Amino acid sequence: MADWQIDLIKVVFIWVWALLIAVVMTWVERRASAMMQDRLGPNRAGPFGLFQPLADGIKLFTKEDIIPEKARKILFVLGPPLFALPAFSAYAVVPFGDKIVLGGKEIILQVSDVNIGFLYVLALGAIGVYGMVIGGWASNSKYSILGGLRATAQLISYEVPMGLALLTIVLLYGTFSLREMVLLQQGTFLGFLPNWGIFKQPLGFIIFLVAAYAEANRVPFDLPECESELVTGYHTEYGSMRLGLYLFGEYVNLGTLAAITVSLFFGGWALPYVDMSKFLGPVAYGIASFTVFFLKQAFFLFLFVWVRWTVPRFRYDQLMGLGWKALIPLGLVNLFVTALLVQLTI
Amino acid sequence: MAKEIETVCVTTGPAEVGDYVALNIGPIHPAMHGTLRVITRTDGETIISAEPEIGYLHRGVEKLGENLTYRQFLPLTDRLNYCSAICNNVAYELAVEKALGIEVPEKAQLLRIIMMELARIADHQVLVGILGVDLGALTPFFYLIIQREEIYEIFEWHHGARLTNSMGTIGGVEAELPDRFHEKWPKMRDSIRKANDETDRLLTHNRIWMDRTIGVNAFCADDALNWGFTGPMLRACGVKRDLRKDEPYLMYDKFDFEVPTGKHGDVFDRYMIRMLEMEESIKIIDQAYAMYQDMPDDAPLMKKVPKIIKPPEGQIYHAIESPNGELGFFIKSDGTDKPYRIKIRPPCYMVYQAFGELVQGEMISDLIACLSSINVIAGELDR
Repeated sequence: MADWQIDLIKVVFIWVWALLIAVVMTWVERRASAMMQDRLGPNRAGPFGLFQPLADGIKLFTKEDIIPEKARKILFVLGPPLFALPAFSAYAVVPFGDKIVLGGKEIILQVSDVNIGFLYVLALGAIGVYGMVIGGWASNSKYSILGGLRATAQLISYEVPMGLALLTIVLLYGTFSLREMVLLQQGTFLGFLPNWGIFKQPLGFIIFLVAAYAEANRVPFDLPECESELVTGYHTEYGSMRLGLYLFGEYVNLGTLAAITVSLFFGGWALPYVDMSKFLGPVAYGIASFTVFFLKQAFFLFLFVWVRWTVPRFRYDQLMGLGWKALIPLGLVNLFVTALLVQLTI
Repeated sequence: MAKEIETVCVTTGPAEVGDYVALNIGPIHPAMHGTLRVITRTDGETIISAEPEIGYLHRGVEKLGENLTYRQFLPLTDRLNYCSAICNNVAYELAVEKALGIEVPEKAQLLRIIMMELARIADHQVLVGILGVDLGALTPFFYLIIQREEIYEIFEWHHGARLTNSMGTIGGVEAELPDRFHEKWPKMRDSIRKANDETDRLLTHNRIWMDRTIGVNAFCADDALNWGFTGPMLRACGVKRDLRKDEPYLMYDKFDFEVPTGKHGDVFDRYMIRMLEMEESIKIIDQAYAMYQDMPDDAPLMKKVPKIIKPPEGQIYHAIESPNGELGFFIKSDGTDKPYRIKIRPPCYMVYQAFGELVQGEMISDLIACLSSINVIAGELDR
């Protein structure tokens, strides 16, 4: 196989995989929330209601596509894809496994190991915000605009602590490539802890996790949507598959954020203490590393659901206060201390 | 906060309020409890002024009362505060009985008390659940609403209806406690307590919950009294007034229960008072149930009342402590079988008057929290 063919297969595989995770997540969200709330959840379509997302997809596709008369038509149409596409694209640099040997060819399980993979992820996260803001503004509705404004303020403020938390990781590993970062997390730390980012950067991890929830618009940071105040916020005026893209993009976003968390702080595809490549064949190793990565990702995806159904939501000013008064100073201190330690140890 | 905004208005001139963005919340809005409408002027997220508009659920209940006999009016009272319909029924029955000058037998009084306190628990459960939903915590809502369904089960056994109960009649109650109540109640009491406990653990000391509720639209006791607040809203401001204690009706003076009060009149105090009152209601039901069991089986449930009720000419007013506060019925009788005038004093009407003042200077999120915490029921407000 030529290199471009392998790349194409990887692209299609990861694209389908990202879609599948998002689809299954909509089901998990409902079933898990039902479990937590003494309900049954959707259980009619297929076994355990597993086909419910499919039914929803069909429903959204067949609904009438309404563009409000006073909306800015081009921007209104542009909003949803602008929100959903960056979320998909961010998967391109996620190392979802180590490597697999097929037909005597060593294939790295990552669509593209670019040396600035890390900045690419941050940049795409920032583009996703435009989808919300443009959608909210183009709808020409007050609730949508309020949602869009909240999204702008929230996502821009939380990008800063997220960036600060991630910078410490860059300082620690001295690279921008996600694959290299995962490779540097093998082995143990202080003799007994896995050499994971979370143990070297506990504060950085907490800041990152909080900022990730804000970036993903999840409770307690779901202010741009906030169904009890702003109807449904920035996508109030959307219907049919345009609305579907917004909802769907959110879940793809969750998948991306969970994948980044795993790669940066939880050793990516590697198991702690055990080197799987020693006793597994080249093909089995590839599959095993992918499975380990997926299980770790699944845990963080479930954490998103778990938190959502447990806590209330912040108020707008409290959210900004937490970002600017707590997370950013903490992030700066963390960055300073890390920089100092890295400088002293080199 | 309110002071600051006043000065802003003075320097720029009062007409400038109209320059702020008008945001129309309701009458159809996911967070509005029924058909309520608030027209707000907002500066960003801050509310400059909020003007409630009422009347979207006006059905002319009071006028209808003038053309119906005393007995026919009873089912209409269900539709006032549909979260605790039994309290409305009993309030009306008590008012007519007062006009007739009769007192119902003790067993009927105990039955009314048990049912009213169950309705109070159901009402408070809805309020606490909805307050959680409006602040983004959906889970406690389900824990509480499942318990409310259990309470409705008892209502259904007793008088056949779940939501619009029409319980009892003028002169007494039609049926004894259902047999199934005797084994149901001890189990249900525990499950209600468990649900309340779970809600308490999920919300009360949650940092986000405290930030969202403590100090949010706090109200002082003097203002509350001047606006005519009653019930939990007034008690949250620190005024210990409960008609069950202060002006006892039925047999409430024979029961031992506390009247919880708050301090600041903020959303948190209103929430806390409701949580504590549910526990007090359970205590009252326990005592009333014990007294009920001591009664002989053949004790009367009904007082002899003439088929066609014709209270003597005159005016009477009787109020009870409904879950929301003082619920009063004013009846003017001209000696015929239909009232000359019926006037209802719903508790949330007085509270809703102050809504503009309550939320001024707060944020949009607080407006929603305030609306849930004062428990405005459109059916009762507009009548």
